Amino acid sequence: MRTTAVVIGAGHTGLATSHCLAALGIDHVVIERGEVGHSWRTERWESLRLLTPNWLTRLPGLAYDGDEPDGYMHMAEVVAFLERYARLVNPELWTRTNVESVTASADGYQVTTDKASITCSAVVIASGGFNIARLPSFAPSLPVDVESLTPFDYASPDSLPPGGVLVVGASATGVQIAEEVQRSGRPVTLAVGEHVRMPRLYRGRDILWWFERSGLHDERWDEVEDIARARRVPSPQLVGSEPRSTLDLNALTTGGVRLVGRLAGIADGRAQFSGSLANKCALADLKQGRLLDTFDEWATCHGIDGVLEAPERPAPTRLPESPDLVLDFAREGIRSVIWTTGFEADHSWLDLPVFDHKGRLRHDGGVVAPGLYRIGLTFLRRRKSSFIHGAGDDACDLTRHLADHVGAATDFWQDTGLRSVAVR
Amino acid sequence: MTEVQVKSTQNGVNVEALLGARNALGETPEAGRFVWRATNEWVHGTHSRSSVRSYYGLGAEHEHKSGFDFEADHPLVFAAEDNAATPVEIVLVGLASCLTAGVAAVAQNREIQLNSVKATVEGDMDIQGILGADPDVRNGFSNIRVTYDIDADASPEDIEALVAQSQKRSAVFDIVTNPTNVTVEVT
Repeated sequence: MRTTAVVIGAGHTGLATSHCLAALGIDHVVIERGEVGHSWRTERWESLRLLTPNWLTRLPGLAYDGDEPDGYMHMAEVVAFLERYARLVNPELWTRTNVESVTASADGYQVTTDKASITCSAVVIASGGFNIARLPSFAPSLPVDVESLTPFDYASPDSLPPGGVLVVGASATGVQIAEEVQRSGRPVTLAVGEHVRMPRLYRGRDILWWFERSGLHDERWDEVEDIARARRVPSPQLVGSEPRSTLDLNALTTGGVRLVGRLAGIADGRAQFSGSLANKCALADLKQGRLLDTFDEWATCHGIDGVLEAPERPAPTRLPESPDLVLDFAREGIRSVIWTTGFEADHSWLDLPVFDHKGRLRHDGGVVAPGLYRIGLTFLRRRKSSFIHGAGDDACDLTRHLADHVGAATDFWQDTGLRSVAVR
Repeated sequence: MTEVQVKSTQNGVNVEALLGARNALGETPEAGRFVWRATNEWVHGTHSRSSVRSYYGLGAEHEHKSGFDFEADHPLVFAAEDNAATPVEIVLVGLASCLTAGVAAVAQNREIQLNSVKATVEGDMDIQGILGADPDVRNGFSNIRVTYDIDADASPEDIEALVAQSQKRSAVFDIVTNPTNVTVEVT
């Protein structure tokens, strides 16, 4: 069959894209491997809630309208919100359909699925930015009797074997899982590399309120000094919880979690940690201070100091006297390792020469090639791009670009001579 | 040399004193706690000067016989002035010096006469790390290779064993192969 545009994925970004395409009168199909919000349904641990407050949960044409604006949605609520949004957008939606490949065709692209093949002028990839857990190269060196889990394998502390747990990585996923597992009674060691520290509330307001109101979340990819670096910044140490509490390393230490440096390697049944913990924590403390300075300056500049609580800065990160450098799995009874070492997007089905030397998708603010778009990656077009409320502006921009393109579609791949490379 | 039949090995290392110290430390282990020190001062550009004067050990402060100064800089290809060796080269120097001292000490203890000991040290580094060009590349060495050329009155196996034992007891080998907690403060 033929259509103008194919949207791959019916999560928040795919549905927002569909909403914008419909508004522009562009006919399109949305293809979804499972049901609406598949990743939110099937690839999240049980207790997870959004990091963003409910009042910020909005997509083009639908905003949270419940009676807990300051709460944080559980995954079931996120799925319900997306189902409601899907009914509102009401696209031509093919669920339970797997995209097998996207290749160049004579006048655009060919999207091959396990149901049918579609030719189209444009493709929007909205298949999520966090499909694959990224593990360090030495992960296979774990002792065979130590269970190795990615966040996709982790459901709750009950899914772990009894005994100690090593959580590797102190971004949002790592600190949340570390806290929950420690609370379940299993002793947790947390390996801490570069991390981003943030208080949940600052001067009485949710930290996301500050990002949103100060305009920091709207900062564009073509405005920041080093976008490659900005896209690599780990997710902040935040949790959506009731009460609204800060989940930084100090909170974890208070809860009994043992902090060690970045995991440097595993050999002979022992893990070795970098001696750089003090430096990583000092960097995160300083960076947090600069962020809060920015917010304070913005508040003063806008004359709202009076309606906010007084600035009160979080205490510096408390460090162990002499952080452990070596951990013997057997001797310390560490029975499982959870790799919260980051995620990456899966583009394995994209058969086009659009990747850099390290296999990462090349794109300029989500524009991959004429008629080919990506949405829903970290800092794609704005600092908020990977958040639910960031999908709207990006979808709006990219579908406008798409409309211009299909208005004057040419065979880009033919013109550049890349088509023969592209088609396998 | 062959006409002189010397029973005693002369590598210039006072092994008796070292073994005596090891026994003495069994009685007073706190005397074994040393603090090594260096000071460093920026000169200009990437050029700096370090100085080693005193250290603490055996329960007391000590002064080196004389002070020792070390300069460090970066090479012309780094757009620096190349006034001295690069800090990473000084690390290689530290490793080689430590291993060679160990070879001499172990040879003395095993009564192996050394005639010459030469080492070459190479460290591989991808400078995309320190330039921040690729976050997957570490700043430091990805690999260090030390090659010893030793002429000694011993079998090749005994010489191999000397070098192996020297690594086992080397402070710098331990420092570069195992993590160390490092704190850097500003006064």
